[in-house]
Amino acid sequence: MSTILFSMSLLLAAAMVASAYVALQGKSLSIAVLAAGAVSLFASVMFLILAAPDVAMTEAAIGSGLTTFLFFFVLGRVRGVKDD
Amino acid sequence: MIKKFIALWLLAGFGSMFVGLLLGYSPDTALNHTARYYADNTVADTGAANIVTAIIVTYRGLDTLGEVTVLFLTATIVALILSQARQPGGVGSRKAVAAGELLQTGSRLLVPLILLFGAYVFVNGHLTPGGGFQGGAIVASATLLMLLTDPFRRFSHRLISVLESISGVLFVVIGVLGLVLAGGFLDNRILPLGAFGTLFSAGAIPVIYTLIGLKVGAEFSSMMASLSETEGQ
Repeated sequence: MSTILFSMSLLLAAAMVASAYVALQGKSLSIAVLAAGAVSLFASVMFLILAAPDVAMTEAAIGSGLTTFLFFFVLGRVRGVKDD
Repeated sequence: MIKKFIALWLLAGFGSMFVGLLLGYSPDTALNHTARYYADNTVADTGAANIVTAIIVTYRGLDTLGEVTVLFLTATIVALILSQARQPGGVGSRKAVAAGELLQTGSRLLVPLILLFGAYVFVNGHLTPGGGFQGGAIVASATLLMLLTDPFRRFSHRLISVLESISGVLFVVIGVLGLVLAGGFLDNRILPLGAFGTLFSAGAIPVIYTLIGLKVGAEFSSMMASLSETEGQ
């Protein structure tokens, strides 16, 4: 693994940890959901660097795409109940 | 206090485990036995350019059938649980929040493109990275975009379930055909292998992956549609 790739993956790992921290500690729920999606997005780039494009596609489509929106969907529903 | 202590202790345990693994890591210089077999024989056996696809659909085809079954069960259970909360009329009971102009126009432009890209991903599963599961998820994200634009849009559950069942049944039928005509269950050599690297090659792999893509896309879409149709009570 070349130096550029190595430093890139270190950066990605740091970004994953940082977004996971935001997802856990963030005050707003929607920011937490977005941060959890960002963890998946960074993870999918990481998979790409680790030469696993198939896994990267799955992670990007399901982990950061569908799951994030699913959370928002449910969040909207739960808020709707609270307002009623 | 005690809880925090246990959490810290667990974290330290995991940390030491991972540090041990990291320090003991040395990259493999050669492929192991199984990986070498796949690397050497995939092209001759299946004619697929993407080894991952060849493993998923042919060598480990039975596992894929299991995965598809698990996903099917999940979609069925979601539909079963949510069907009780489903609203009969559906439209107009809640105050509709109109989607913005940007989202509406953007989704009109993007939905066909996303559908096309999903179809491309699962049809080309044997040539390029990706395949049925990824393509199905991309197709389902087009459904999701439509639902985001118009939360009261209704999809035909009959159409989705017919599509889903037919592709599931055809998947198993192709598997059994492999048992009859070729070497075993889900053997892809029931169709000619064709020229390596072209779209119509690798025997039944494109057909199987198209079916899986349709099935996964239909299942995810039905989950999204059921979630969207439930009224928050």
